[in-house]
Amino acid sequence: MSGLNRIAIEPVTRVEGHGKVTVLLDDAGRVHQTRLHIVEFRGFERFIQGRPFWEVPVLVQRLCGICPVSHHLAAAKAMDGVVGVDRLTPTGEKMRRLMHYGQTLQSHALHFFHLVSPDLLFGFDADPAIRNVVGVARDPRFAELAVRGVLMRKYGQEVILATAGKKIHGTGAIPGGINKALSAADQARLQADVDAMIQWSVETLALCKRYTLDHLAELADFGSFPSNHLSIVRPDGAMDLYDGVLRAVDAEGGILIDQVRPDDYLQVIREEVRPWSYMKFPFLRSLGPETGWYRVGPLARLNTCDFIDTPLAEAERQEFKALAGGKPVNVTMAYHWARLIEVVHAAEKIRDLLADPDIRGTDLVVLGTRRPEGVGIVEAPRGTLFHHYRVNERDQVEMANLIVSTTHNNEPMNRAVHKVAMDHLDGKPLTEGVLNRIEVAIRAYDPCLSCATHAIGHMSLVVEVLDAAGRVVDRIGR
Amino acid sequence: MLVLAVGNPARADDGLGPALAEALERLALPGVTVQAGYQFDAEDAWLVARHPIVVFVDAAAEGPAPFAFARVEPAADTSFTTHGLTPGIVLGLARDCFGWQGEGWILGIRGVSFEPFVERLTGEASAHLEAALAFLAEGLRSGTFMGWPAPRELT
Repeated sequence: MSGLNRIAIEPVTRVEGHGKVTVLLDDAGRVHQTRLHIVEFRGFERFIQGRPFWEVPVLVQRLCGICPVSHHLAAAKAMDGVVGVDRLTPTGEKMRRLMHYGQTLQSHALHFFHLVSPDLLFGFDADPAIRNVVGVARDPRFAELAVRGVLMRKYGQEVILATAGKKIHGTGAIPGGINKALSAADQARLQADVDAMIQWSVETLALCKRYTLDHLAELADFGSFPSNHLSIVRPDGAMDLYDGVLRAVDAEGGILIDQVRPDDYLQVIREEVRPWSYMKFPFLRSLGPETGWYRVGPLARLNTCDFIDTPLAEAERQEFKALAGGKPVNVTMAYHWARLIEVVHAAEKIRDLLADPDIRGTDLVVLGTRRPEGVGIVEAPRGTLFHHYRVNERDQVEMANLIVSTTHNNEPMNRAVHKVAMDHLDGKPLTEGVLNRIEVAIRAYDPCLSCATHAIGHMSLVVEVLDAAGRVVDRIGR
Repeated sequence: MLVLAVGNPARADDGLGPALAEALERLALPGVTVQAGYQFDAEDAWLVARHPIVVFVDAAAEGPAPFAFARVEPAADTSFTTHGLTPGIVLGLARDCFGWQGEGWILGIRGVSFEPFVERLTGEASAHLEAALAFLAEGLRSGTFMGWPAPRELT
C-alpha cells in the first residue's frame, strides 16, 4: 500500500441511498484501483424470519422507499407459490401489472428528469449550482421538461395509489391475488391523462435519443465495456417486466441461459462474497465469477428480449438495436435511452390495461394447496429482483433470500467507475468534473443503495483524499 | 394548510414524522391536509403549489429537543438526492414549476435512536412527539405561524 493515495467520494450525490467511491492512486497520480463501496441495509432477511408469510408482501416494502412496489410484488409472487397458486385470475394479474407499470413509469421518469437531465442539459462540467433539477426548472429552455417530470411522477404514483391502496406500503397484492379491483372513478381519472403520458414519454425519449446520438463519439466509450445481460422475458421472447423466464445473453447476443423458470434460479445463479464489500457479486454458474457477471436493468432488458409487444416501444427498440447492428448494445450511457423506451412501453401498457374490462372484475383471489417454498421474480425499474422464501408448517417464514437489482449490477458498476477513472483521472488532477463523471457512470445504472435513515442533517457530499496510511490529506464538501 | 410528514417507521425514531401525521389526522382539523410518506418527493411540489402554508415534518437526528421549528425558503440545493429531497427543493420546484408563492416551515422532531428494524419510538421521542403535536395543532388552528419567532424552540 505504500506510495498509494486514496480519494474517497461519500456519499454519491443523486444516487438513491448512500455509497462511497474510492480511487486508489500511486505516487505518480496514476489510477491503481477503483471501488464502489455500498453501505447496505443488512439484516432484512433475518428480520423477516418468524413472521407469518401473509405479512411479508407488506413488510418487505420497508426495505426501500424508492421501489417498495417492486418488493411488494416480488414477495406476493413468491407467496403465490407458497399458497399453491401458479396462475392468478385475469383481474388479479392485470391489477398487479397495472401497479407495476405505474411504478416503472414514475421511477424511470423521476430518474431521468430529476437525476439525469441536469447532466445532459447542462453538461458534465457545468456549475453544480445549476446542474440540478431546480436549475432545470429555472431555465426557460427546459422549464416545461421539469414540469412534465413532476407530473409524470405524480401520475405513476396515482396508478400505484389506485391499485395498491397507498403510494407507499400498499396492500393491494396478497398471496393468491389482490384485495381490490380498480374503481370506476379511478379508471376514468387515470384514463383522462394517459394519452398525455404517452405523448410526453415519446417526446422525452426523442430528446434523450437525440442527445445520445449527437454525443455518441464521447458517450460510446464512457464507462463502457462488453458484458453479459440478464432479465426475465416472456416465454415467447417478448419483454415482460412482471413475469417470465430467465434469459441471459453474452456481449455478442449469444444465448447463455434461456427458459429458466424462477423456481430454478439457484441452478443458474450463484453469489460471490468479496472481503472489501458488504454487497455480494452474482454470476452465472455455468461461466463462473470471472466471466459470468452480467448487467441487469433497462439496457439488459432491451438486449435480452426479441421484441416488445406495444407498437411505439417496439419501433423504438428496433432503432435502439440498430445502434449495434442488431447485437446487444454495450454502451453504458445507453441505459438512459433504454430506460425511456421502457417509459413509453409502461405508458402504453397502462393505457391498454385501463381499457381492459378485466381490470374491474370481481374474481380477485385463487386458493391452492400449501407448499413449503416460493420464488418470485419481477423486473424492478433498476433490474431483476428475486424474492425466495421457505415457510414452515406454522406459516412462519423460515428462510428468506433476496437478490436486488443493484446487487446484480455490483460488478458492472465497479467496472464502469474504474473505466471512467482510468480515462479521466489517470495522471490528471482531481477536479469537480472528474468526480461528477464518476458519479454519472454510477447514475447510469440508477442504483438503489438501500435506504438508510434520511433524518434531517444526514445528507451531504464529502470528498476525502487519504494517503496510504489512511490519513485524510484533502477534504471537500458540497 | 398542508402538513407533509416523512420517515421510516421501521427505523425507530425515524418514524416520528408518520406518527405525527397519524395523530394529526385523528384531530381532523378543518382546512388542513395531511400527507405522510417515506421521503419528500418531487411530486409533492404539485401538492405544495395548492396550499399557501406548508409545514414539513421529519425526525431530526441533531438539534434541540423536543423539536425545532423554522422557516424554510425555496432552494436549489446542490446536494440534492431524490432520497434526501429537502423541503427547500420541494418548495423550489413548486415555485419554479407551478408558480407557488407561499410560506414554508419545517418541524424537526428530535429523535434519539435510528436503529434499523425497530418498529417503535423510544420513550424520549414519544414525549417529543407529544410536545410537537400540541405546538403544531395550535398553529394550524390559528391559521398562521407568522409572527412566531423562528426558529422556535421549546424545552
